[in-house]
Amino acid sequence: MDIFQQDFIRNAFLAGTVVAVLTAIIGYFVVLRGEAFAAHALSHIGFAGATGAALIGISSLAGMLGFTVGAAIVIGALEKRLRGRDVEIGMVLALSLGLGVLFLHLYTRGATEAVAILFGSILSVEPAEIHWMLILGGVSLLGLALMFRPLTFSSIDPETAEARGVPVRFLSIAFMMLLGVTVAEVVQVVGILLMFALLIAPAAIAQHLFRRPAAVILAAALFGVVFTWFGLLLAVWTPYPVSFFIAGGASVSYLIIVGLSHLLHPHHYRPPEHPDREFVDHPQHQHAHPHAH
Amino acid sequence: MDLRSMLEFPAFQNAFLAGTLVAIVAGCVGYFLLLRGLTFAGHALSHVGFAGAAGALLLGVDPIFGLLAFTLLAGIGIGAMGRRPDERDITIGIIMTLMLALGSLFIALYHGYAEQAYSVLFGTVMGISRTDVMVTLVLCMAVLAGLAIFFRMLLFASFDPGVAEARGVPVKLIAMIFMVFVAVTVSLSVQVVGVLLIFTLLVGPAAAAMNLTASPMRALFISVFLAVAYSWLGIYLAIRQDYPVTFCISTLAFIGFLASKMIASPFIRRLLATARPEAPHFHGGERGAA
Repeated sequence: MDIFQQDFIRNAFLAGTVVAVLTAIIGYFVVLRGEAFAAHALSHIGFAGATGAALIGISSLAGMLGFTVGAAIVIGALEKRLRGRDVEIGMVLALSLGLGVLFLHLYTRGATEAVAILFGSILSVEPAEIHWMLILGGVSLLGLALMFRPLTFSSIDPETAEARGVPVRFLSIAFMMLLGVTVAEVVQVVGILLMFALLIAPAAIAQHLFRRPAAVILAAALFGVVFTWFGLLLAVWTPYPVSFFIAGGASVSYLIIVGLSHLLHPHHYRPPEHPDREFVDHPQHQHAHPHAH
Repeated sequence: MDLRSMLEFPAFQNAFLAGTLVAIVAGCVGYFLLLRGLTFAGHALSHVGFAGAAGALLLGVDPIFGLLAFTLLAGIGIGAMGRRPDERDITIGIIMTLMLALGSLFIALYHGYAEQAYSVLFGTVMGISRTDVMVTLVLCMAVLAGLAIFFRMLLFASFDPGVAEARGVPVKLIAMIFMVFVAVTVSLSVQVVGVLLIFTLLVGPAAAAMNLTASPMRALFISVFLAVAYSWLGIYLAIRQDYPVTFCISTLAFIGFLASKMIASPFIRRLLATARPEAPHFHGGERGAA
């Protein structure tokens, strides 16, 4: 295949693969720990970082990283106090998106830059940034490998882990920092708005198919790479955006597999309850029984 | 440029008109949205609307109709799911992603470049046409009339669905009808603040109002007042300082929300109480005794 002789396509495949593996593994823990909303929040806060970076003339990856890792540390430190505070978090997200819009306006290249950040494309990332993405991705994977066992333990059963002397709080902040780096990286590939496709979809599909953590993680990484390659190949051969193919492929696969598994085993799968989602317990209920939980 | 000379431009007239209409409806519907704990649904509906707006652009139709079609469908879907969408968080997230991806494909097919996507995502109240204002007016009237008709039932069903159902209020039907109102409101608000910042008009004013008072009528009133104030002040500042409207409104909404939190905080309450020692139930001695 002659497309692989072009440097930027080879780079895109390489970076896309590293990011897909990292994101899928981090995504497994995100689903396990019920932190999908935190990931969502991080990506939106990153929008202000990426646009601010464009304004002061540094790379958008650097700006994004600064904001996502900074916000990740804050979220990690305040984790308990942030649960169930959707309205407050939503207001902060709206503010940071608004700030991003202001930065773009001041930068005067508004729309094009905004859409590039929101819907991203690995095919238009600069070579220097690809190298940084590879280095960061490698370091994050290494960090993840080092804390893998205690992180799995404290994600599945935080109370027992704490009693056994696992530094649960430290792990939670370290994990949030890794999540910050991952979000900044995956946004380069599919953009802020489509990040769920690579972060959540592969892990959620894998959880439907397998039970053992190691199998789920392997499958998630494999799915992530497959979706990325699928998207890249189609985008190289057709004039349509790569992020559309990645996000479309991932979300359609998720919906098909979830639909099938519901048909085959109606009560088989129960994802962990999401503590931040407000319409799980409606407010009337909480007012009526403040000590029920 | 002062306010009077601003209002001589048709574009600014349209912006103020649309901004006011949308703010009134968003303030009302937002209150019930918070009361029913459906802010996430509002967020999801606006994202689904993006695909509708982009599809409408592709077909050469006014984006508001695409928005309406998609948000209404999704709203009825969410309404039909009822109050037990417990394990659906990830599924809703993935469907939102799929819709956004579809929207980005439509934009790419349309060759309308980034500008069109940008205006749907971040609002385009300055470029709103007279036709859009008329459509907005009609739909706002319809939603307000609907809210007025169902007001008592909606309030009852939102505060205490169990008792309301026992008293014969058609709770499920009310939920569906309410989601239709939300869908229309979201579609209209997207014109002003865009898909991504729907929170600023739909949730911001209502959340601030609920921090300030527990009484439904007062909260509704404050919520509408704040929403209108944000959108007027936002549009005014945007014209004066040449900032994006979306930025101004979202910052105002954030400041308003923060201020309401501070006023509602126990510390400020205590300060206010010491400033008014004649109010009997605020006496320091009683606190100690209790």
